[in-house]
Amino acid sequence: MPLTGIEIFKLLPKTNCGECGVPTCLAFAMSLAGGKAELTSCPYVSEEAKTQLMEASAPAITPVTIGVSDRAFKIGNDTVMFRHEKTFVNPPALAILITDTMNDSEIDARLERFKLQYERIGVTLRAEMIAIRDDSGDAEKFESIVTKVKQNSDGNIILMSNNPDVMATGLKACANRRPLIYAITEDNLDQMVKLARDYSCPIVAKATNLEGLSELTTKLTKLGIKDIVLDSGARTPSQTFKDQILIRNAALKNKFRPLGFPTIVLPCEMTDNPMKEAVFASIFIAKYSGIIVLSDFQGESLFPLLLERLNIFTDPQRPLATTEGIYEIGGPDENSPVLITTNFSLTYFLISGEIETSRIPSYLLIMDTEGLSVLTAWAAGKFNSDTIVPFIKKTNITEKIKHRKLIIPGYIAAESGGIEEALPGWEVLVGPREGANIPAYLKIWDK
Amino acid sequence: MVFKIPDITYNGKIREIKLGKEDNTLTVGGETAYPFYHFEYEMPTLPRIAMEVWDCSPDDWPEAAIEPFADVINDSVAWAKKCIANYGAEMIALQLISTDPGGINRSADEAAKIVKKVADAITVPLIVWGTANHEKDSEVLRKIAESCAGENLIIGPVEEGNYRRIGAAAIGYHHAVASSSPIDVNLAKQLNILLGNLGVPDDLILIDPTVSGIGYGIEYSYSVMERIRMAGLTQQDDRLQFPIICNIAKEVWKTKEVHMANDEFNMGNARKRGILMEAISAMVLLLAGGNILVMRHPEAIKLIRETVAELTGSTK
Repeated sequence: MPLTGIEIFKLLPKTNCGECGVPTCLAFAMSLAGGKAELTSCPYVSEEAKTQLMEASAPAITPVTIGVSDRAFKIGNDTVMFRHEKTFVNPPALAILITDTMNDSEIDARLERFKLQYERIGVTLRAEMIAIRDDSGDAEKFESIVTKVKQNSDGNIILMSNNPDVMATGLKACANRRPLIYAITEDNLDQMVKLARDYSCPIVAKATNLEGLSELTTKLTKLGIKDIVLDSGARTPSQTFKDQILIRNAALKNKFRPLGFPTIVLPCEMTDNPMKEAVFASIFIAKYSGIIVLSDFQGESLFPLLLERLNIFTDPQRPLATTEGIYEIGGPDENSPVLITTNFSLTYFLISGEIETSRIPSYLLIMDTEGLSVLTAWAAGKFNSDTIVPFIKKTNITEKIKHRKLIIPGYIAAESGGIEEALPGWEVLVGPREGANIPAYLKIWDK
Repeated sequence: MVFKIPDITYNGKIREIKLGKEDNTLTVGGETAYPFYHFEYEMPTLPRIAMEVWDCSPDDWPEAAIEPFADVINDSVAWAKKCIANYGAEMIALQLISTDPGGINRSADEAAKIVKKVADAITVPLIVWGTANHEKDSEVLRKIAESCAGENLIIGPVEEGNYRRIGAAAIGYHHAVASSSPIDVNLAKQLNILLGNLGVPDDLILIDPTVSGIGYGIEYSYSVMERIRMAGLTQQDDRLQFPIICNIAKEVWKTKEVHMANDEFNMGNARKRGILMEAISAMVLLLAGGNILVMRHPEAIKLIRETVAELTGSTK
């Protein structure tokens, strides 16, 4: 948990020498607290203070990197309970389950479904992990499935077995992928720790409650194991929800190090109903998990979960933007209406959705306003006649239409005169203020 | 170090509000902790689901949403009854789609007649929702408030542009209002203050934060709702201590993804996809603090009911 500026100030030399680049130690402390400066800029800070500040500045929830090369990703490192307090940082990875008792065609089908992916506002949405579970207890069988997965997929691997011998063969088969070892328990501690060290892989610490889990991670930390993921052992939505909240709260609020790690949850073991499983998973996307293991992927459930994840992990401090340009909705022709709005993603989604609802084929001109919504962009001078007119010319929309009519959002009605003046021959129509009224508005156009 | 349960300092309580007719009321709100934090404090009431009924036959619903109601979709009364009899609806939300000036544009009198018929046919609390057209809603909802005196309706959306006219009618005929603001915690608070100044009693106010579904900006609704809850529960902001109503169904079911065919863009089964788009949107809003959800598909509703039971049930 980061220290406040005042707490940091107490540890600084208080000489106000200015060599760090800011005039006073207090100002430097404030910059440090805000993450805008590095402690190394201060030439006079004591070793003792350095250690204290380093410890205090270590993330409350340790970031853990899973996998290697360009498929590698990070979990953990989050700093808040509520996304509006700052932002959620690392979205939970989604994993599809494969067991070593499944037949080849089933495994092939799952590896195929693992590849499901979706494009949205220039982002590719897809899952990250494949969990391979040892159900047979047969090391050879496990190894052959792990090898098969490795050969046929670039997905990051979770190896699931409580048996260190089975785990060892699995690890040997895919060590270069740096798989996640699931799981170390009190019962297999010594052997699993050795494996984690030998292969330098991240591990899941699993217990039956938070007290036991804290004891286990304390031991692991003492043994030098750092890349830990937590499984509290909960297998009901209620207990899992509770544990997710208590773990994050303990790490952030109480600065409780033994629970300062990302978590793994297993909706695949909570129900046999895939629809329900998806709803359970949706809880843990919003509430604090690091990895979510699903029994299977299907487009109808994976897509909504990926969408939810995209939304919840959108940085509330930075608006998402859509690419500038002409968007053709419903196959417009030379007589179709032309509407303009800003490139704030939410604006784009709402307006394009309303135009679709209207079933009136239209051209939607999306103008780059740095991701600001209509009113904000207008207030900031980024969406007025001075900027809209050059944009309209640049789009060459006139090559697609016979008429010269432009529908602007009701909120910038004041700009209509300015646009008409600078765009001779054009008629500017003031559309509705709210997107919801667009279908009604366009129906009048149609008549 | 020994694990200790971290505590959150709460100092507020969400107002408990009784909805519906005299001998058939339903209570919402009353919580003193964040949603589903039942290990800290009791959740005295569970979230409620109002089933959506339209006042006209919908022409833009995907097959999956029409199918459960195909036999009653031309008759709001039969539709509402089916929701209660077949799907155990504990509330009904009548959407006054036909009053839209850009659509069928039914008059206030006609709308009031339909609402009255539905209100007379059911005993569960009835939500009546306009088209968010300030002028038309004022006219329509005022008329309904009057002709349904004694029904204790929940009427909305009541917005800054028409709160005086609708609010006055709500006070006069004792209906609850959904105080509706555009995804902004300060505007939500401001409208609640205005409604209070107008004389709307606190036990007749619900907050409508304006919601959207996953993929369409749900994160904004989510965070505004969390901020409203935080203000009400930990910052003693009594103008934000009202139960939250989320009119989510129509937002989800108008998106292009629920209208896509089976396996289009690898999105799997169309029916299940629609149900999950609704259920997951609903779940996200419940996690953020929703007390009443307006929902459409019986299977999405069943999923949410069962999940809520799981979350609030066994383990304390």
